[in-house]
Amino acid sequence: MSIIYFLISISLIVALLFFFAFIKAVKSGQYEDDYTPSVRMLFDDTIQNKTTKK
Amino acid sequence: MKNTPCFHCGTDCTEATKLVFDQKDFCCNGCKTVFEILNESDLTSYYDFEKTPGKIPEEIQGKYDYLKNKDIVTKLLEFDSDTTSIITLSIPFIHCSSCIWILENLYKLNEHISASQVNFPKKTVRISYDKTAVSLKDIVLLLSRIGYEPDINLEHTEADKKTKTDKSLIYKIAVAGFAFGNTMFLSFPEYFEVDEFWLNQYKIFFRYIAFCLSIPVVLYAAQDYFKTAFKGLRYKMLTIDVPIALGIAVLFIRSAHEIITNTGQGYLDSLAGLVFFLLLGKLFQQRTYSFLSFERDYKSYFPIAVTKISGTKEENIQIYDVIKGDRLLIRNQELIPIDGIVIRGNTLIDYSFVTGEATPVAKQSGDKIFAGGKQLSGVIEIEAIKTVSQSYLTQLWSNDVFNQNKEEKFKNITDSISKHFTVVILIIAIVSGGYWYIHNPKIAIDVVTAVLIIACPCALALSAPFTLGNVIRIFGKHKLYLKNASVIESLAKINTLVFDKTGTITALNKQQISYEGTTLSSEEKEQLKAVLRGSNHPLSRSLYEFLPESKNTAVTAFTETIGKGVEGTVNQSNIRLGAASFTQAPKNDKHNETAVHFSCNETYKGKFVFQNHYRKGVYDMFEKLSKRFDMLVLSGDNEGEKAHLEQTLPKDTTLIFNQKPEDKLNYIQRKQRSQNQVLMLGDGLNDAGALAQSNVGIAVSENVNVFSPAGDAILDASVLDKLPKFLKIARQSISTIKASFALSFLYNSIGLYFATTGQLSPVIAAILMPLSSISVVVFVTLITNYISLSLRRP
Repeated sequence: MSIIYFLISISLIVALLFFFAFIKAVKSGQYEDDYTPSVRMLFDDTIQNKTTKK
Repeated sequence: MKNTPCFHCGTDCTEATKLVFDQKDFCCNGCKTVFEILNESDLTSYYDFEKTPGKIPEEIQGKYDYLKNKDIVTKLLEFDSDTTSIITLSIPFIHCSSCIWILENLYKLNEHISASQVNFPKKTVRISYDKTAVSLKDIVLLLSRIGYEPDINLEHTEADKKTKTDKSLIYKIAVAGFAFGNTMFLSFPEYFEVDEFWLNQYKIFFRYIAFCLSIPVVLYAAQDYFKTAFKGLRYKMLTIDVPIALGIAVLFIRSAHEIITNTGQGYLDSLAGLVFFLLLGKLFQQRTYSFLSFERDYKSYFPIAVTKISGTKEENIQIYDVIKGDRLLIRNQELIPIDGIVIRGNTLIDYSFVTGEATPVAKQSGDKIFAGGKQLSGVIEIEAIKTVSQSYLTQLWSNDVFNQNKEEKFKNITDSISKHFTVVILIIAIVSGGYWYIHNPKIAIDVVTAVLIIACPCALALSAPFTLGNVIRIFGKHKLYLKNASVIESLAKINTLVFDKTGTITALNKQQISYEGTTLSSEEKEQLKAVLRGSNHPLSRSLYEFLPESKNTAVTAFTETIGKGVEGTVNQSNIRLGAASFTQAPKNDKHNETAVHFSCNETYKGKFVFQNHYRKGVYDMFEKLSKRFDMLVLSGDNEGEKAHLEQTLPKDTTLIFNQKPEDKLNYIQRKQRSQNQVLMLGDGLNDAGALAQSNVGIAVSENVNVFSPAGDAILDASVLDKLPKFLKIARQSISTIKASFALSFLYNSIGLYFATTGQLSPVIAAILMPLSSISVVVFVTLITNYISLSLRRP
């Protein structure tokens, strides 16, 4: 049963990884503009459709 | 005739005026040019995302010449190297996905722009360009040409413009939430107290992990509570943070003691949960509108640079470099940045934003003019007689009122109740501790700590932030943007309302015209219109629009005398339009009304009277509000509208005219000395002092993105008539908070029963704490949504 020490440590490490990923995302400013990227993503498609049609 | 919308901007264009290009209708040359530019670069997808997304580009000749000045450009840039420069420009017009698309495809319009990125909520675009090949001026001109004129003003050159938003609250929530989730899992097995073999073997391991996780929660995530509690105690104030800090400290110490001595599992999951919920409440209350600024002063209104004339040379210099005696060139539609004397040219100056005067004032050479006015005709030269910071208008900002922070003076509803709360809790803790010390000294200390733990006013501390946070959001949806939560509490206490006139209860640039005099024949109207066509005076322009459409009649002998009027001959009749003295008007005329007099062949016919256009619903609103509040109108304008206002507004409304900016400020101060809570509504720079001085200052603005003076809130002018509803909801939300206090006291009494009888087990704490917090949050959210339903009704 001492496997439990190992498993809990692993699960904590995984959780910590996500925690630091979140902090890093906030730091890099990903949450500052939560609207423009969602629109920008759709643009590329429309332009490509246009060029392929031509 | 069928009207069609302009393909670019959506303005209705008639069959007669429309321009057709590429089988599309355009309302004007400007719109057509934008289409042509975009068409050339294959950017017409712009019109696919939204119908009629554009704006008529404005005439900007010479306006951005100052961007040739290297010093100014350097101040504006965000990043600068030998080749690449990066600048963030604020473009108030950004409003739809087409805007994002076109601005991010700027590189197709100019190959030297390497990248551009839009931040939609902030309405800014960040442009990187090759500065060896293209200048900032070219980029600004390009943007203006396609209808996206950037807003560049004095504020943007300030060094500390890039104040980073404080993200530490997010980090703290992340830490607390992380610890909360994990300790919950680790504590869970022990809640059921099964004396299982494996559980007994591992529980110490679990407890120590939970203990390690709770250390950053106490030392980092909860540090603000300790700091503010300590600060409050130093000023002898029992704020809500005192019992919170006490609760957190006791929770942690007792849990640590239990774990180290191996006597129990402690309350670490409750601790992390408590901090997590409290911080969430803080975040919820912090509503920021990234596209608005509540701290604006004259700097965000004034231009960056001005054209200086030295000898025959014209150069652009920064506003701050203007010294006394400099000669400055002010073009049409430009702001006068400095107090000065007109040297050359006759002019009209629109002071509506600065003094509240509704009608432009005529000035001739030799007249003194004040900073802040907008120059409306031709090109003039002025001589500066002061520097920018000493100008009449800017001096207002040296008043102490701008350095005070209203929030600091303000004692919020939670703190005023927590004073009594804390005392009661301490008494209960001591009494129950004393009782158990006599009867069973072993558990006395347990009971005292249990009381402090369970009494930790989590639900109490959460009710105000969630109520106010939700109300801020709802108000924001209905176009009243509040600076922070304490504004709602101040709004609820208001008993005096002060309104500015020009621009606040009247609409700017909109006037009602009525005619008094002998009846006009259609031929006379035609003649008038013909004469007016040649004049650029703002009154002539609005009168021209007012008169019915007519065919183009030729005018001979047309002359315009500044400050007097216009004269011309149409079909052998001599028409004179203008001031009373210019048109043989009867002498007994009222002086303070705005009127254009009219005479034909030396005989006086009548006059067109210009009246302010009051915003929709203003009279009803005054009627409703006067039942509850003291109402005042404080105007910088003359008494021309006095009679009209006396007639239409409720009897007990006080009307005061000819108020200078300082007068307004002082008047509000006097009102406050006699224990009145004043709400000020204003729109112009002249109201800035009064807005800052009043208990709540609301800036009324027709376009919230462009400019409004600093205040506690910004209200979109279109919803001014909803003010009574906003005030009512503010009052109701305070009652909601009080009701939710009652609810949380109920939870506290249940908890205290367990605590004082010595039965507070970790599992009860773990259930009671989140349950009380969540139910209070749900309660206030439902109630505030319910009371704000009235806003949706027209």
